[in-house]
Amino acid sequence: MTVTERNSVDSEKIRLLEDKARQLRVAIVKTLHKSQSGHTGGSLSAIDMVTALYFHTMRHKPDEPAWAGRDRFVLCKGHAAPALYVALAEAGYFPKEDLMTLRRLGSHLQGHPDSKVTPGVEVCTGSLGQGLSMANGMALGLRLDGSASRVYALLGDGELQEGQVWEAAMAAGHYKLDNLCALIDVNRLQIDGEVAKVMNVEPVTDKFRAFGWNVIDVDGHSMAAIVAALEQAATVKGQPTAIVARTVKGKGVSFFENKASYHGVAPSDEELPKALECLGEQCNL
Amino acid sequence: MSTMIATRDAYGQTLGELGEENRDIVVLDADLSGSTKTGVFAKKFPERFFNMGIAEANMVGTAAGLAAAGKIPFVSTFAVFASGRAWEQIRQSVAYPKANVKIVATHGGVTVGEDGGSHQSVEDIAIMRAIPNMTVIVPADGPETAKAIRAAATMKGPVYIRLGRNKVPTVFADDAPFAVGKGAELAGGSDLTFVTTGLMTAQALVAAERLKAEGVSARVVHLATIKPLDGEILLRAARETGAIVTAEEHSVVGGLGGAVAEFLGEHCPVPLKRVGIYDRFGTSGKAEELLKYFSLMPEDLAEAAREILARK
Repeated sequence: MTVTERNSVDSEKIRLLEDKARQLRVAIVKTLHKSQSGHTGGSLSAIDMVTALYFHTMRHKPDEPAWAGRDRFVLCKGHAAPALYVALAEAGYFPKEDLMTLRRLGSHLQGHPDSKVTPGVEVCTGSLGQGLSMANGMALGLRLDGSASRVYALLGDGELQEGQVWEAAMAAGHYKLDNLCALIDVNRLQIDGEVAKVMNVEPVTDKFRAFGWNVIDVDGHSMAAIVAALEQAATVKGQPTAIVARTVKGKGVSFFENKASYHGVAPSDEELPKALECLGEQCNL
Repeated sequence: MSTMIATRDAYGQTLGELGEENRDIVVLDADLSGSTKTGVFAKKFPERFFNMGIAEANMVGTAAGLAAAGKIPFVSTFAVFASGRAWEQIRQSVAYPKANVKIVATHGGVTVGEDGGSHQSVEDIAIMRAIPNMTVIVPADGPETAKAIRAAATMKGPVYIRLGRNKVPTVFADDAPFAVGKGAELAGGSDLTFVTTGLMTAQALVAAERLKAEGVSARVVHLATIKPLDGEILLRAARETGAIVTAEEHSVVGGLGGAVAEFLGEHCPVPLKRVGIYDRFGTSGKAEELLKYFSLMPEDLAEAAREILARK
Protein backbone atom coordinates (compact mmCIF):
# COMPACT_ATOMS: atom_id res chain seq x y z
CA MET A 1 0.00 0.00 0.00
CA THR A 2 1.34 3.42 -0.80
CA VAL A 3 0.87 5.76 2.08
CA THR A 4 0.23 8.86 0.00
CA GLU A 5 -3.20 7.54 -0.96
CA ARG A 6 -4.41 8.18 2.54
CA ASN A 7 -5.45 11.73 3.06
CA SER A 8 -7.09 11.97 6.44
CA VAL A 9 -4.81 14.78 7.55
CA ASP A 10 -5.36 18.03 5.72
CA SER A 11 -2.55 20.01 4.24
CA GLU A 12 -2.98 22.80 6.77
CA LYS A 13 -2.29 20.38 9.63
CA ILE A 14 0.78 19.08 7.80
CA ARG A 15 2.00 22.64 7.30
CA LEU A 16 1.61 23.33 11.02
CA LEU A 17 3.52 20.17 11.88
CA GLU A 18 6.27 21.10 9.46
CA ASP A 19 6.59 24.48 11.13
CA LYS A 20 6.62 22.81 14.55
CA ALA A 21 9.47 20.58 13.39
CA ARG A 22 11.35 23.66 12.19
CA GLN A 23 10.90 25.32 15.58
CA LEU A 24 12.09 22.17 17.30
CA ARG A 25 15.18 22.09 15.07
CA VAL A 26 15.90 25.63 16.25
CA ALA A 27 15.46 24.48 19.85
CA ILE A 28 17.81 21.53 19.30
CA VAL A 29 20.52 23.77 17.85
CA LYS A 30 20.19 26.34 20.66
CA THR A 31 20.08 23.65 23.35
CA LEU A 32 23.15 21.87 22.05
CA HIS A 33 25.01 25.14 21.58
CA LYS A 34 24.31 26.01 25.20
CA SER A 35 25.44 22.64 26.53
CA GLN A 36 28.43 22.44 24.15
CA SER A 37 28.00 18.71 24.42
CA GLY A 38 25.61 16.26 22.81
CA HIS A 39 24.48 14.73 19.54
CA THR A 40 23.46 17.12 16.79
CA GLY A 41 23.24 15.04 13.61
CA GLY A 42 20.98 12.24 14.84
CA SER A 43 18.71 14.64 16.74
CA LEU A 44 18.07 16.68 13.58
CA SER A 45 17.50 13.58 11.41
CA ALA A 46 14.88 12.21 13.82
CA ILE A 47 12.98 15.35 14.74
CA ASP A 48 10.35 15.17 11.98
CA MET A 49 9.27 11.77 13.28
CA VAL A 50 9.37 12.91 16.91
CA THR A 51 7.26 15.95 15.96
CA ALA A 52 4.66 13.82 14.19
CA LEU A 53 4.44 11.50 17.19
CA TYR A 54 4.14 14.12 19.94
CA PHE A 55 2.03 16.68 18.07
CA HIS A 56 -0.19 14.50 15.94
CA THR A 57 -0.19 10.75 16.52
CA MET A 58 0.29 9.96 20.18
CA ARG A 59 -2.37 10.28 22.85
CA HIS A 60 -0.71 11.79 25.89
CA LYS A 61 -1.28 14.32 28.64
CA PRO A 62 1.75 16.49 29.39
CA ASP A 63 0.19 17.61 32.70
CA GLU A 64 -0.36 13.97 33.67
CA PRO A 65 2.73 12.09 32.43
CA ALA A 66 1.64 8.80 34.05
CA TRP A 67 -1.87 8.88 32.54
CA ALA A 68 -2.74 5.21 32.03
CA GLY A 69 -4.33 5.77 28.62
CA ARG A 70 -1.22 7.34 27.09
CA ASP A 71 0.67 5.98 24.13
CA ARG A 72 4.31 5.21 24.93
CA PHE A 73 7.44 6.43 23.20
CA VAL A 74 10.84 4.76 23.55
CA LEU A 75 13.85 6.62 22.18
CA CYS A 76 16.02 3.58 21.50
CA LYS A 77 18.73 5.76 19.96
CA GLY A 78 19.10 7.52 23.28
CA HIS A 79 21.85 9.88 22.13
CA ALA A 80 19.14 11.78 20.23
CA ALA A 81 17.86 12.87 23.65
CA PRO A 82 17.78 16.55 22.59
CA ALA A 83 15.10 15.70 19.99
CA LEU A 84 12.99 14.12 22.72
CA TYR A 85 13.63 16.88 25.26
CA VAL A 86 12.68 19.73 22.95
CA ALA A 87 9.45 17.92 22.04
CA LEU A 88 8.60 17.26 25.70
CA ALA A 89 9.31 20.89 26.60
CA GLU A 90 7.25 22.15 23.67
CA ALA A 91 4.39 19.84 24.69
CA GLY A 92 4.54 21.19 28.24
CA TYR A 93 6.06 18.37 30.29
CA PHE A 94 8.53 20.86 31.80
CA PRO A 95 9.53 24.51 31.24
CA LYS A 96 11.43 25.27 28.06
CA GLU A 97 14.07 27.09 30.12
CA ASP A 98 15.10 23.70 31.49
CA LEU A 99 16.50 22.85 28.06
CA MET A 100 19.37 25.22 28.78
CA THR A 101 20.50 22.90 31.61
CA LEU A 102 21.03 19.91 29.30
CA ARG A 103 23.91 17.69 30.42
CA ARG A 104 24.80 19.94 33.35
CA LEU A 105 25.35 18.68 36.89
CA GLY A 106 22.04 18.59 38.74
CA SER A 107 19.90 18.88 35.60
CA HIS A 108 16.94 16.59 35.08
CA LEU A 109 17.96 16.48 31.43
CA GLN A 110 20.65 13.84 31.41
CA GLY A 111 22.96 13.19 28.48
CA HIS A 112 20.80 10.19 27.64
CA PRO A 113 17.12 9.73 28.61
CA ASP A 114 16.55 8.86 32.27
CA SER A 115 13.01 7.95 33.26
CA LYS A 116 13.73 8.58 36.93
CA VAL A 117 14.27 12.30 36.53
CA THR A 118 12.55 13.61 33.39
CA PRO A 119 8.75 13.88 33.19
CA GLY A 120 7.51 12.14 30.05
CA VAL A 121 10.53 9.88 29.62
CA GLU A 122 9.27 6.28 29.86
CA VAL A 123 12.49 4.26 30.14
CA CYS A 124 16.24 4.68 30.40
CA THR A 125 18.02 4.34 27.07
CA GLY A 126 21.45 5.17 25.77
CA SER A 127 23.14 1.84 25.50
CA LEU A 128 22.13 1.00 21.95
CA GLY A 129 20.05 -2.00 21.03
CA GLN A 130 18.02 -2.30 24.23
CA GLY A 131 15.05 -0.03 23.58
CA LEU A 132 13.05 -2.22 21.22
CA SER A 133 13.04 -5.02 23.81
CA MET A 134 11.58 -2.61 26.35
CA ALA A 135 9.02 -1.43 23.82
CA ASN A 136 8.06 -5.07 23.28
CA GLY A 137 7.59 -5.52 27.01
CA MET A 138 5.38 -2.43 27.21
CA ALA A 139 3.34 -3.65 24.26
CA LEU A 140 2.89 -7.08 25.87
CA GLY A 141 1.92 -5.51 29.18
CA LEU A 142 -0.58 -3.12 27.60
CA ARG A 143 -2.12 -5.96 25.59
CA LEU A 144 -2.50 -8.06 28.75
CA ASP A 145 -4.44 -5.19 30.27
CA GLY A 146 -6.65 -4.84 27.20
CA SER A 147 -5.35 -1.30 26.74
CA ALA A 148 -5.82 0.58 23.48
CA SER A 149 -2.51 2.39 24.01
CA ARG A 150 0.17 1.98 21.38
CA VAL A 151 3.96 1.86 21.74
CA TYR A 152 6.35 3.71 19.45
CA ALA A 153 10.08 3.00 19.35
CA LEU A 154 12.60 5.10 17.44
CA LEU A 155 15.82 3.36 16.44
CA GLY A 156 18.86 4.43 14.47
CA ASP A 157 20.23 2.47 11.53
CA GLY A 158 23.65 2.07 13.12
CA GLU A 159 21.85 0.71 16.16
CA LEU A 160 20.58 -2.18 14.04
CA GLN A 161 24.10 -3.61 14.28
CA GLU A 162 23.33 -4.66 17.85
CA GLY A 163 22.17 -8.27 17.92
CA GLN A 164 19.57 -7.61 20.61
CA VAL A 165 17.57 -5.54 18.10
CA TRP A 166 17.03 -8.68 16.05
CA GLU A 167 16.17 -10.74 19.10
CA ALA A 168 13.52 -8.11 19.80
CA ALA A 169 12.38 -7.99 16.16
CA MET A 170 11.96 -11.76 16.23
CA ALA A 171 9.98 -11.62 19.46
CA ALA A 172 7.71 -8.79 18.29
CA GLY A 173 6.88 -10.77 15.17
CA HIS A 174 6.41 -13.98 17.15
CA TYR A 175 4.05 -12.32 19.63
CA LYS A 176 2.24 -10.44 16.83
CA LEU A 177 2.59 -7.09 18.58
CA ASP A 178 0.27 -4.99 16.44
CA ASN A 179 0.22 -2.29 19.13
CA LEU A 180 3.91 -1.69 18.45
CA CYS A 181 5.40 0.56 15.81
CA ALA A 182 9.15 0.92 15.31
CA LEU A 183 10.49 3.89 13.40
CA ILE A 184 13.95 3.38 11.93
CA ASP A 185 15.90 6.59 11.36
CA VAL A 186 18.05 5.53 8.41
CA ASN A 187 20.44 8.49 8.20
CA ARG A 188 23.21 6.24 6.85
CA LEU A 189 25.92 7.55 9.17
CA GLN A 190 27.44 6.42 12.44
CA ILE A 191 30.41 7.64 14.48
CA ASP A 192 33.09 5.98 12.39
CA GLY A 193 31.52 6.91 9.06
CA GLU A 194 29.02 5.39 6.66
CA VAL A 195 26.90 2.59 8.09
CA ALA A 196 27.34 0.74 4.80
CA LYS A 197 31.11 0.77 5.26
CA VAL A 198 31.35 0.23 9.03
CA MET A 199 28.89 -2.69 9.07
CA ASN A 200 26.20 -2.73 6.44
CA VAL A 201 22.67 -3.18 7.78
CA GLU A 202 20.80 -3.00 4.47
CA PRO A 203 18.40 -4.15 3.25
CA VAL A 204 16.58 -2.92 6.35
CA THR A 205 13.06 -3.33 4.98
CA ASP A 206 13.68 -6.94 3.94
CA LYS A 207 15.10 -7.79 7.35
CA PHE A 208 12.06 -6.55 9.26
CA ARG A 209 9.71 -8.20 6.75
CA ALA A 210 11.55 -11.48 7.23
CA PHE A 211 10.86 -11.25 10.97
CA GLY A 212 7.13 -10.93 10.30
CA TRP A 213 6.71 -7.17 10.39
CA ASN A 214 4.54 -4.91 8.29
CA VAL A 215 7.09 -2.53 6.74
CA ILE A 216 6.53 0.94 5.33
CA ASP A 217 9.35 2.75 3.55
CA VAL A 218 9.10 6.54 3.74
CA ASP A 219 10.99 9.77 3.22
CA GLY A 220 11.74 10.57 6.85
CA HIS A 221 11.58 14.29 6.22
CA SER A 222 8.19 14.27 4.50
CA MET A 223 5.74 15.13 7.25
CA ALA A 224 2.80 13.98 5.14
CA ALA A 225 4.45 10.61 4.51
CA ILE A 226 5.39 10.12 8.18
CA VAL A 227 1.90 10.97 9.40
CA ALA A 228 0.27 8.72 6.81
CA ALA A 229 2.62 5.83 7.69
CA LEU A 230 1.83 6.20 11.38
CA GLU A 231 -1.88 6.13 10.61
CA GLN A 232 -1.52 3.04 8.47
CA ALA A 233 0.51 1.31 11.18
CA ALA A 234 -2.38 1.77 13.60
CA THR A 235 -4.73 -0.13 11.29
CA VAL A 236 -2.55 -3.22 10.81
CA LYS A 237 -3.66 -6.29 12.74
CA GLY A 238 -1.57 -9.29 13.77
CA GLN A 239 1.88 -7.89 13.17
CA PRO A 240 4.09 -5.02 14.33
CA THR A 241 4.91 -2.22 11.92
CA ALA A 242 8.35 -0.85 11.04
CA ILE A 243 8.46 2.55 9.41
CA VAL A 244 11.80 2.66 7.64
CA ALA A 245 12.49 6.36 7.29
CA ARG A 246 15.14 7.56 4.89
CA THR A 247 16.67 10.63 6.48
CA VAL A 248 19.61 12.99 6.32
CA LYS A 249 21.90 13.27 9.31
CA GLY A 250 22.01 16.91 10.48
CA LYS A 251 18.92 17.71 8.36
CA GLY A 252 18.02 21.40 8.16
CA VAL A 253 21.46 22.87 8.77
CA SER A 254 23.29 22.67 5.44
CA PHE A 255 26.81 22.41 6.83
CA PHE A 256 25.83 19.66 9.29
CA GLU A 257 24.08 17.53 6.70
CA ASN A 258 25.53 14.14 5.80
CA LYS A 259 28.59 14.65 7.95
CA ALA A 260 29.52 11.83 10.32
CA SER A 261 31.78 14.30 12.16
CA TYR A 262 28.65 16.05 13.52
CA HIS A 263 27.37 12.86 15.15
CA GLY A 264 28.37 13.91 18.63
CA VAL A 265 29.47 17.52 18.24
CA ALA A 266 27.52 20.59 19.39
CA PRO A 267 27.36 23.79 17.33
CA SER A 268 30.17 26.24 18.11
CA ASP A 269 29.70 29.97 18.75
CA GLU A 270 30.58 30.66 15.11
CA GLU A 271 28.27 27.96 13.79
CA LEU A 272 25.22 28.95 15.82
CA PRO A 273 24.11 32.05 13.85
CA LYS A 274 24.70 30.28 10.55
CA ALA A 275 22.77 27.25 11.71
CA LEU A 276 19.84 29.39 12.86
CA GLU A 277 19.91 31.23 9.56
CA CYS A 278 19.62 27.90 7.75
CA LEU A 279 16.54 27.21 9.82
CA GLY A 280 15.01 30.57 8.94
CA GLU A 281 15.53 31.94 12.40
CA GLN A 282 17.06 35.26 13.43
CA CYS A 283 19.95 34.94 15.81
CA ASN A 284 19.17 37.30 18.67
CA LEU A 285 21.19 35.68 21.42
CA MET B 1 17.62 -31.11 58.57
CA SER B 2 15.63 -34.11 57.60
CA THR B 3 13.96 -32.84 54.45
CA MET B 4 15.72 -32.16 51.18
CA ILE B 5 14.30 -29.82 48.57
CA ALA B 6 15.83 -27.94 45.64
CA THR B 7 15.50 -24.19 45.88
CA ARG B 8 14.35 -24.08 42.24
CA ASP B 9 11.46 -26.41 43.11
CA ALA B 10 10.41 -24.08 45.92
CA TYR B 11 10.59 -21.23 43.41
CA GLY B 12 8.32 -22.95 40.91
CA GLN B 13 5.77 -23.78 43.55
CA THR B 14 5.81 -20.27 45.03
CA LEU B 15 5.48 -18.65 41.62
CA GLY B 16 2.43 -20.81 40.99
CA GLU B 17 0.87 -19.62 44.24
CA LEU B 18 1.77 -15.99 43.64
CA GLY B 19 0.22 -16.15 40.19
CA GLU B 20 -3.14 -16.87 41.82
CA GLU B 21 -2.75 -14.06 44.34
CA ASN B 22 -1.47 -11.30 42.09
CA ARG B 23 -2.65 -10.86 38.51
CA ASP B 24 0.21 -8.44 37.80
CA ILE B 25 2.84 -11.16 38.06
CA VAL B 26 4.22 -12.24 34.70
CA VAL B 27 7.02 -14.71 34.03
CA LEU B 28 9.66 -14.88 31.30
CA ASP B 29 12.03 -17.69 30.50
CA ALA B 30 14.64 -18.41 27.83
CA ASP B 31 13.87 -21.98 26.79
CA LEU B 32 14.65 -23.43 30.21
CA SER B 33 11.24 -23.44 31.87
CA GLY B 34 11.52 -27.14 32.72
CA SER B 35 14.84 -26.61 34.48
CA THR B 36 14.13 -23.27 36.13
CA LYS B 37 10.67 -24.54 37.18
CA THR B 38 8.86 -21.55 35.71
CA GLY B 39 6.97 -24.20 33.75
CA VAL B 40 4.74 -24.59 36.81
CA PHE B 41 3.54 -21.01 36.29
CA ALA B 42 3.41 -21.42 32.50
CA LYS B 43 0.99 -24.33 32.84
CA LYS B 44 -1.33 -22.47 35.20
CA PHE B 45 -1.18 -19.02 33.58
CA PRO B 46 -0.18 -19.42 29.93
CA GLU B 47 -1.34 -15.91 29.04
CA ARG B 48 1.06 -14.41 31.58
CA PHE B 49 4.05 -16.56 30.65
CA PHE B 50 6.40 -15.53 27.87
CA ASN B 51 8.96 -17.92 26.51
CA MET B 52 11.46 -15.59 24.89
CA GLY B 53 13.55 -18.30 23.28
CA ILE B 54 17.31 -18.51 23.62
CA ALA B 55 17.70 -14.74 23.76
CA GLU B 56 18.48 -13.60 27.27
CA ALA B 57 19.31 -9.97 26.49
CA ASN B 58 15.94 -9.40 24.84
CA MET B 59 14.23 -11.29 27.65
CA VAL B 60 15.61 -8.94 30.29
CA GLY B 61 14.76 -5.86 28.20
CA THR B 62 11.23 -7.14 27.65
CA ALA B 63 10.87 -7.63 31.39
CA ALA B 64 11.92 -4.02 31.91
CA GLY B 65 9.20 -2.94 29.47
CA LEU B 66 6.61 -5.07 31.23
CA ALA B 67 7.62 -3.46 34.51
CA ALA B 68 7.23 -0.02 32.90
CA ALA B 69 3.69 -1.11 31.98
CA GLY B 70 2.95 -1.90 35.63
CA LYS B 71 3.63 -5.64 35.68
CA ILE B 72 5.83 -7.56 38.13
CA PRO B 73 8.03 -9.66 35.87
CA PHE B 74 9.96 -12.68 37.13
CA VAL B 75 12.76 -13.52 34.70
CA SER B 76 14.51 -16.86 34.84
CA THR B 77 17.40 -18.68 33.24
CA PHE B 78 20.60 -20.25 34.51
CA ALA B 79 22.70 -17.98 36.73
CA VAL B 80 25.63 -17.96 34.33
CA PHE B 81 23.44 -16.62 31.48
CA ALA B 82 21.31 -14.28 33.58
CA SER B 83 24.26 -12.54 35.17
CA GLY B 84 26.60 -12.89 32.21
CA ARG B 85 24.81 -12.74 28.88
CA ALA B 86 22.33 -10.13 30.04
CA TRP B 87 24.55 -8.18 32.43
CA GLU B 88 24.41 -4.91 30.59
CA GLN B 89 20.68 -5.21 29.97
CA ILE B 90 20.23 -5.72 33.70
CA ARG B 91 22.41 -2.70 34.38
CA GLN B 92 20.88 -0.34 31.81
CA SER B 93 17.28 -1.44 31.35
CA VAL B 94 16.55 -2.76 34.85
CA ALA B 95 18.79 -1.38 37.58
CA TYR B 96 19.42 2.13 36.26
CA PRO B 97 15.70 3.00 36.06
CA LYS B 98 15.00 0.91 39.23
CA ALA B 99 12.60 -1.22 37.19
CA ASN B 100 10.49 -3.63 39.21
CA VAL B 101 12.07 -6.73 37.68
CA LYS B 102 12.89 -9.90 39.62
CA ILE B 103 15.72 -11.95 38.16
CA VAL B 104 15.57 -15.45 39.60
CA ALA B 105 18.63 -17.31 38.40
CA THR B 106 18.76 -21.05 38.90
CA HIS B 107 21.68 -23.48 38.58
CA GLY B 108 24.00 -21.15 40.46
CA GLY B 109 27.38 -22.32 41.73
CA VAL B 110 29.33 -25.49 40.98
CA THR B 111 26.65 -27.94 42.15
CA VAL B 112 25.00 -27.66 38.74
CA GLY B 113 27.49 -30.46 38.22
CA GLU B 114 28.20 -32.48 35.12
CA ASP B 115 27.63 -29.68 32.59
CA GLY B 116 30.98 -28.34 33.73
CA GLY B 117 32.72 -24.99 33.94
CA SER B 118 30.77 -23.35 31.10
CA HIS B 119 27.56 -23.72 33.09
CA GLN B 120 28.88 -23.18 36.61
CA SER B 121 28.32 -19.68 37.79
CA VAL B 122 31.03 -18.76 40.25
CA GLU B 123 31.00 -14.97 39.75
CA ASP B 124 27.33 -13.99 39.50
CA ILE B 125 27.01 -12.70 43.07
CA ALA B 126 29.98 -10.40 42.54
CA ILE B 127 28.76 -9.00 39.24
CA MET B 128 25.21 -8.45 40.42
CA ARG B 129 26.39 -6.91 43.69
CA ALA B 130 28.43 -4.33 41.78
CA ILE B 131 25.33 -2.85 40.13
CA PRO B 132 23.73 0.10 41.97
CA ASN B 133 20.07 -0.35 43.03
CA MET B 134 20.37 -4.14 42.87
CA THR B 135 19.31 -6.36 45.77
CA VAL B 136 21.09 -9.73 45.85
CA ILE B 137 19.60 -12.73 47.67
CA VAL B 138 20.94 -16.28 47.97
CA PRO B 139 18.52 -18.43 50.00
CA ALA B 140 19.75 -21.35 52.07
CA ASP B 141 16.93 -23.78 51.41
CA GLY B 142 13.42 -24.38 50.10
CA PRO B 143 11.39 -22.64 52.81
CA GLU B 144 13.62 -19.57 52.71
CA THR B 145 13.39 -19.48 48.92
CA ALA B 146 9.61 -19.37 49.12
CA LYS B 147 9.80 -16.40 51.49
CA ALA B 148 12.45 -14.64 49.43
CA ILE B 149 10.33 -14.95 46.29
CA ARG B 150 7.31 -13.56 48.11
CA ALA B 151 9.39 -10.71 49.55
CA ALA B 152 10.76 -9.89 46.09
CA ALA B 153 7.24 -9.78 44.66
CA THR B 154 6.19 -7.36 47.38
CA MET B 155 9.15 -4.97 47.33
CA LYS B 156 9.62 -2.40 44.57
CA GLY B 157 12.73 -2.49 42.46
CA PRO B 158 15.25 -4.86 40.97
CA VAL B 159 16.16 -8.09 42.76
CA TYR B 160 18.57 -10.89 41.84
CA ILE B 161 17.84 -14.20 43.55
CA ARG B 162 20.32 -17.03 43.10
CA LEU B 163 19.05 -20.60 43.34
CA GLY B 164 20.59 -24.02 42.85
CA ARG B 165 19.85 -27.11 40.84
CA ASN B 166 20.18 -29.86 43.42
CA LYS B 167 18.23 -30.75 46.51
CA VAL B 168 19.65 -29.15 49.63
CA PRO B 169 18.99 -29.82 53.31
CA THR B 170 16.29 -27.70 54.90
CA VAL B 171 17.67 -25.51 57.69
CA PHE B 172 14.75 -23.12 58.20
CA ALA B 173 11.36 -23.91 59.67
CA ASP B 174 8.40 -22.92 57.51
CA ASP B 175 7.49 -20.19 60.00
CA ALA B 176 11.01 -18.76 60.40
CA PRO B 177 10.98 -14.99 59.94
CA PHE B 178 12.47 -13.56 56.75
CA ALA B 179 13.21 -9.99 55.81
CA VAL B 180 15.27 -8.65 52.91
CA GLY B 181 18.54 -7.28 54.29
CA LYS B 182 18.34 -9.19 57.57
CA GLY B 183 20.69 -12.01 58.52
CA ALA B 184 19.76 -14.93 60.78
CA GLU B 185 21.77 -16.34 63.67
CA LEU B 186 21.24 -20.09 63.40
CA ALA B 187 23.69 -21.20 66.08
CA GLY B 188 25.06 -19.29 69.04
CA GLY B 189 28.80 -19.23 69.66
CA SER B 190 31.57 -17.15 71.15
CA ASP B 191 34.91 -18.27 69.65
CA LEU B 192 34.32 -17.45 65.99
CA THR B 193 31.48 -16.85 63.52
CA PHE B 194 30.71 -18.62 60.29
CA VAL B 195 29.06 -16.11 57.96
CA THR B 196 27.45 -18.10 55.20
CA THR B 197 25.03 -17.96 52.31
CA GLY B 198 23.15 -20.42 50.12
CA LEU B 199 23.79 -24.10 50.64
CA MET B 200 26.97 -23.37 52.63
CA THR B 201 24.81 -22.50 55.62
CA ALA B 202 23.86 -26.15 56.02
CA GLN B 203 27.54 -27.10 55.72
CA ALA B 204 28.45 -24.58 58.44
CA LEU B 205 25.85 -25.93 60.83
CA VAL B 206 27.44 -29.39 60.51
CA ALA B 207 30.90 -27.86 60.98
CA ALA B 208 29.78 -26.00 64.10
CA GLU B 209 28.52 -29.26 65.62
CA ARG B 210 31.87 -30.94 64.95
CA LEU B 211 33.77 -28.03 66.45
CA LYS B 212 31.60 -28.18 69.54
CA ALA B 213 32.92 -31.70 70.14
CA GLU B 214 36.41 -30.19 70.08
CA GLY B 215 35.42 -27.56 72.60
CA VAL B 216 35.17 -24.73 70.06
CA SER B 217 32.09 -22.52 70.21
CA ALA B 218 31.20 -21.46 66.65
CA ARG B 219 28.39 -19.07 65.80
CA VAL B 220 26.57 -19.46 62.48
CA VAL B 221 25.16 -16.36 60.82
CA HIS B 222 23.30 -16.90 57.57
CA LEU B 223 23.09 -13.96 55.19
CA ALA B 224 20.46 -14.63 52.55
CA THR B 225 20.72 -11.01 51.49
CA ILE B 226 24.23 -10.19 50.35
CA LYS B 227 23.19 -6.73 49.26
CA PRO B 228 22.16 -4.76 51.23
CA LEU B 229 24.40 -6.32 53.83
CA ASP B 230 23.18 -6.74 57.42
CA GLY B 231 25.92 -4.67 59.07
CA GLU B 232 24.36 -4.95 62.51
CA ILE B 233 24.57 -8.73 62.76
CA LEU B 234 28.11 -8.67 61.31
CA LEU B 235 29.36 -6.06 63.77
CA ARG B 236 27.91 -8.02 66.67
CA ALA B 237 29.56 -11.22 65.43
CA ALA B 238 32.94 -9.52 64.94
CA ARG B 239 32.85 -7.82 68.36
CA GLU B 240 31.55 -10.82 70.29
CA THR B 241 33.50 -13.64 68.63
CA GLY B 242 36.53 -11.78 67.25
CA ALA B 243 37.02 -14.01 64.20
CA ILE B 244 35.06 -14.58 60.99
CA VAL B 245 34.98 -17.39 58.45
CA THR B 246 32.85 -16.69 55.38
CA ALA B 247 31.60 -19.51 53.18
CA GLU B 248 29.95 -19.43 49.76
CA GLU B 249 29.53 -21.61 46.69
CA HIS B 250 31.07 -18.83 44.63
CA SER B 251 34.40 -17.20 43.93
CA VAL B 252 36.03 -15.62 46.98
CA VAL B 253 36.44 -12.54 44.75
CA GLY B 254 33.61 -10.08 45.21
CA GLY B 255 30.93 -12.34 46.63
CA LEU B 256 29.86 -12.83 50.23
CA GLY B 257 33.45 -13.05 51.47
CA GLY B 258 34.36 -9.91 49.59
CA ALA B 259 31.32 -8.04 50.91
CA VAL B 260 31.95 -9.07 54.52
CA ALA B 261 35.67 -8.27 54.25
CA GLU B 262 34.90 -4.82 52.84
CA PHE B 263 32.44 -4.07 55.60
CA LEU B 264 34.43 -5.39 58.54
CA GLY B 265 37.68 -3.99 57.16
CA GLU B 266 36.14 -0.52 57.47
CA HIS B 267 34.10 -0.95 60.62
CA CYS B 268 35.60 -3.67 62.83
CA PRO B 269 38.69 -5.43 61.48
CA VAL B 270 39.09 -8.92 62.92
CA PRO B 271 40.88 -12.01 61.56
CA LEU B 272 38.88 -13.23 58.57
CA LYS B 273 39.10 -16.28 56.33
CA ARG B 274 37.12 -16.77 53.13
CA VAL B 275 35.97 -20.24 52.15
CA GLY B 276 34.91 -20.39 48.52
CA ILE B 277 36.29 -20.99 45.08
CA TYR B 278 39.76 -19.53 44.76
CA ASP B 279 39.71 -17.74 41.41
CA ARG B 280 39.07 -20.80 39.30
CA PHE B 281 36.41 -21.94 36.87
CA GLY B 282 34.28 -24.95 37.64
CA THR B 283 34.68 -28.43 36.20
CA SER B 284 32.50 -31.44 35.44
CA GLY B 285 31.56 -33.80 38.22
CA LYS B 286 28.73 -34.75 40.53
CA ALA B 287 27.51 -32.06 42.91
CA GLU B 288 28.80 -33.81 46.03
CA GLU B 289 32.15 -34.54 44.37
CA LEU B 290 32.49 -30.90 43.39
CA LEU B 291 31.80 -29.64 46.91
CA LYS B 292 34.71 -31.84 48.01
CA TYR B 293 36.89 -30.85 45.04
CA PHE B 294 36.44 -27.16 45.78
CA SER B 295 36.89 -27.63 49.55
CA LEU B 296 33.34 -26.61 50.44
CA MET B 297 32.61 -29.44 52.88
CA PRO B 298 31.96 -29.13 56.64
CA GLU B 299 35.48 -30.43 57.36
CA ASP B 300 36.90 -27.63 55.19
CA LEU B 301 34.93 -25.11 57.22
CA ALA B 302 36.10 -26.67 60.48
CA GLU B 303 39.68 -26.50 59.25
CA ALA B 304 39.23 -22.83 58.32
CA ALA B 305 37.87 -22.24 61.84
CA ARG B 306 40.92 -23.84 63.44
CA GLU B 307 43.18 -21.73 61.26
CA ILE B 308 41.40 -18.49 62.13
CA LEU B 309 41.42 -19.28 65.84
CA ALA B 310 45.20 -19.59 65.66
CA ARG B 311 45.31 -16.06 64.23
CA LYS B 312 43.07 -14.51 66.85
